[in-house]
Amino acid sequence: MNLSSRAAAICAFALALATGSGPVTAQSKPEDGLALGRKMLAEDNPGDLWVERGQRLFTAKRGPKNASLEKCDLGMGPGVVKGAFAQLPRYFADTDKVQDLESRLLTCMVELQGFKREDIIRTRFGTLDRDSDMEALVSYVGAASNGLRMNVRLTHAKEREMYKAGEYAFYRRSGPLDFACVTCHGESGKRIRLQDLPNMTKAEEMREVVATGWPAYRGTHSTVRTMQHRLYDCFWQMRLPDLGFASDLSVALTAYLNYSANGGEIKLPGVRR
Amino acid sequence: MAEPMKIRALLKGDVADIRVLVAHSMETGQRRDAAGNLVAAHFIHSMTVTHNGKPVYDGQWSQAVSRNPVFAVRIKGARVGDKVVVSWTDNKNDKRTDEVSVAAG
Repeated sequence: MNLSSRAAAICAFALALATGSGPVTAQSKPEDGLALGRKMLAEDNPGDLWVERGQRLFTAKRGPKNASLEKCDLGMGPGVVKGAFAQLPRYFADTDKVQDLESRLLTCMVELQGFKREDIIRTRFGTLDRDSDMEALVSYVGAASNGLRMNVRLTHAKEREMYKAGEYAFYRRSGPLDFACVTCHGESGKRIRLQDLPNMTKAEEMREVVATGWPAYRGTHSTVRTMQHRLYDCFWQMRLPDLGFASDLSVALTAYLNYSANGGEIKLPGVRR
Repeated sequence: MAEPMKIRALLKGDVADIRVLVAHSMETGQRRDAAGNLVAAHFIHSMTVTHNGKPVYDGQWSQAVSRNPVFAVRIKGARVGDKVVVSWTDNKNDKRTDEVSVAAG
């Protein structure tokens, strides 16, 4: 809503009060305010600081093996980050697994840099006391695909398997609340308090939420969160057992979401409440 | 160890819009960590901006400023290529200075 139409709405409201006539119809929806706030935040997204830190971490020699991640193959060849986000998750022959961005970075940090898997997983989510390297690296790799479109392919049998598993998990009701992902994400115009819930059964909303959604700077967390954190948090909200970081289930859901978002133009990191 | 700021300086008319993303924990001294101990106050107390060497902003900040703050100033009479230098100092005497050239908006 621009200023003049807002002023007009206020005038109409004042007029209705003064004359005591008819119901007021010129009310704005809460989503309009949300979109406006998000636009204002996106102009100065602190997530850009994570992108830069991620770039420094990616190229720095680190870990027991004193190696950078410049030999890390994210699916586009060793060290190539441009376009990597757009085509993940995908099958990797060296691990014989379908991997998403986080689980692939985890493999690289363990294999190339010699970090302990448990240590990376323990520090996967940043806190106010400690930044997470993973969140910075995901921001950097994600932003390197900005302007490209999601292009996940299901050519390998394991990729199709993961996609099918993810689709099944998305629609399957489980846990004490009998919730599925689709319980909250199957209707347009729904909110939890003021947070609008994307309807992921609609291709358009799915494309937007995947291609511009995560990684995102979360104001209330003062850090960037990744898709793995979003899924982990959804599982907590559904009162399901903790979703394991880089677990098969998390990768399957990501495969389903990202494939369904094919064609969405990537703009990362996002910015969220 | 202070991390670099991210600065944008875009000229609109004869006014340069300077927008700065600052990476800083801005601890208030009120928060407790996971173990229940108070986290010592750690915040930027001095922020300065110069335009071609001339001070245009000299501010005293406090704990009231958010973590990873966004900071913006507008400089009148700026031209493309002008040098803008942003510096901060915090209460542990950590410092950071970054500079940028004004770009056409």
